[in-house]
Amino acid sequence: MPRKPPTPTADARRSDGPIQFLTPEGALESDSRLGLPARLDLPALYRDMALVRRLDTEAIALQRQGELGLWPSLRGQEAAQVGAAHALSAQDMVFPTYREHGVAWCRGLDPVSLLGLFRGTTLGGWNPYENRFQLYTLVIGAQTLHAVGYAMGLVRDDAIGSGDDSRDTAVLVFLGDGALSEGETNEAFVWAAAQNLPVVFFCQNNQWAISAPYSVQSRVPVAQRASGFGFPGVRVDGNDVLACLAATGDALARARSGGGPTLIEAVTYRVNAHTTADDAGRYRPASVTDEWIAKDPLERLRRHLTASGAVDEEFFAGIERREHELADHLRTGCRSLPVPGPASSFEHTYTTMPAELGHQLAGHLEFVASGQENGATR
Amino acid sequence: MSMPGISMVKALNNGLRRALQDDPKVLLMGEDIGRLGGVFRVTDGLRKEFGSLRVVDTPLGEAGIVGAAIGLALRGYRPVCELQFDGFVYPAANQIISQLAKLRHRSGGAITLPVVIRIPYGGGIGSIEHHSESPEVHFAHTAGLKVVTCSSPQDAYDMIRQAVAADDPVIFLEPKRHYWSKGDVTDEPPAPLERARVTRPGTDATLIAYGPTVPVALAAADVAAGEGRSVEVVDLRSLSPLDMDTVRESVHRTGRALVAHEASLSHGFGAELAARIQQEEFHFLEAPVLRITGYDTPYPPSRIESDWLPGVDRILDALDRSMSY
Repeated sequence: MPRKPPTPTADARRSDGPIQFLTPEGALESDSRLGLPARLDLPALYRDMALVRRLDTEAIALQRQGELGLWPSLRGQEAAQVGAAHALSAQDMVFPTYREHGVAWCRGLDPVSLLGLFRGTTLGGWNPYENRFQLYTLVIGAQTLHAVGYAMGLVRDDAIGSGDDSRDTAVLVFLGDGALSEGETNEAFVWAAAQNLPVVFFCQNNQWAISAPYSVQSRVPVAQRASGFGFPGVRVDGNDVLACLAATGDALARARSGGGPTLIEAVTYRVNAHTTADDAGRYRPASVTDEWIAKDPLERLRRHLTASGAVDEEFFAGIERREHELADHLRTGCRSLPVPGPASSFEHTYTTMPAELGHQLAGHLEFVASGQENGATR
Repeated sequence: MSMPGISMVKALNNGLRRALQDDPKVLLMGEDIGRLGGVFRVTDGLRKEFGSLRVVDTPLGEAGIVGAAIGLALRGYRPVCELQFDGFVYPAANQIISQLAKLRHRSGGAITLPVVIRIPYGGGIGSIEHHSESPEVHFAHTAGLKVVTCSSPQDAYDMIRQAVAADDPVIFLEPKRHYWSKGDVTDEPPAPLERARVTRPGTDATLIAYGPTVPVALAAADVAAGEGRSVEVVDLRSLSPLDMDTVRESVHRTGRALVAHEASLSHGFGAELAARIQQEEFHFLEAPVLRITGYDTPYPPSRIESDWLPGVDRILDALDRSMSY
């Protein structure tokens, strides 16, 4: 049967591109659709993006050296993550996917704690309440419903709409373009809309769900899908840290005030393969990746900072020194992550260990203590 | 408080009301549970009494119900979800099995998810497809979940409150064909949630049942008594964790064990019981452990369900076989 290419619906043909303040050349421009926050710490945004890139680069190196089993790289998405994270208030709660290393960094997590899941020393790695950053979720889209439930709790706790900036709270949940096709994500949109919940869905449309391009998922832009559920969708240049920050700040403020959910689409690109175990060369041309590398989120802010004279060479040298320190911390920290003891897996399955599990643990400890190895000749 | 001659539905309703009264963090959520009071009326009147923020009519979508309950629990709430029918639980499988059951383990104990998932389950009500299933093994096989089922109004009243108070996720299975069976309910301190109960003492054989098959097992024991056989009936109440102490003690005395459940035979809960009994009481068994269960088919059309379900006659046939060893 001949295949007919899908025709986009009429309203999918947007003449306007994504919201953008900072051009790839580093020029700062205004955008009639959205205002920039009054206070902007451009050097801090650059610093965090640079350090997050180094974190990512170092983790890839650790995987190559056999220290990590796997690493999902965020390269190219630094602006989306750092921009979104800088819009958060301390009391807001974040629900990440498994690629939000940049958000974790901005939330103040020790970056070494991100490595345990991929080194095989833990299934989590941090206390989700300490930095108000939940555990990574590997099943695509599942966390969107947790975010919705948490936002239902905020409504019941009267944690929105008081006008007190230190009290009003929102939820920021991350998802990718592939997650848009999951039923659970669509259920989350339905719940958030019907109950007008204080939740912001931040979709990094990095255009690839492993090997599936966005056209496999949808014939309309991500942001446009929100209108069908009845809440605003905003499309921003995901490589412009200012657009990501401004749009997220705007949406979080609306959520905290009781104005309901928003879907943000940050149009960006997954520069590296899905994970270190993936080979992007099998499904996409390097030339397209090269085009996106030219739109690098760090480079454009660096150009702007340099041209505007906001910082000097010492600023960049200082960041470079911190990058080295970070890399060293990651290398040392990774290798000294504690390997869990044989009892650990048994201990936290239930709040109180059932008798049968206790018997199994006792037998297992005895086996381990005997020094036997599986498959060894007796 | 004494509640003479109330139905299991009313007992659950009273138990949920008490749970809502006892802890402001408890909330109920599910399809049609508010205005309608639930399709079985288990939550009748509770929305009016506690408001729509605590008795929540949800959108349709079972994954949404359980996923949102996880988020509420992360915020400190104790959600009690109603999944309308047993056959509708599978869209929520990811949220139950991969999220709810595992988050405590993944977080090294930092996360506690006191979520209860109520499921009306089992057959025998003349219903249509997907409304008569017994999905207990899927959950009993999942580490991190507790799975319990009540068989009387008294247990329904006690166990639902204990499930709500438990800090682990609990799958709470309600035998819907006994929803309208009546019994006296009191406020006496209940046995622990995970404890099995010898519902009828006996000496010749141990008949193990849970949920919907408990009244069937008791009826079979009655008939057997008329034939001169003394059958002990054990109501498991909790499938996970499993109270093997009570089972072992009974089988040790009788030397014979039979298991009755509605779910299919192969890989069913009876297989776990048979394995554990033969492992722990091997030298005291007079006969192999026998299972009286549904067959390895999808649940049949309702006109023939009474032959498919493990009824009194099939249990007595199995008892004959056991006694003949």
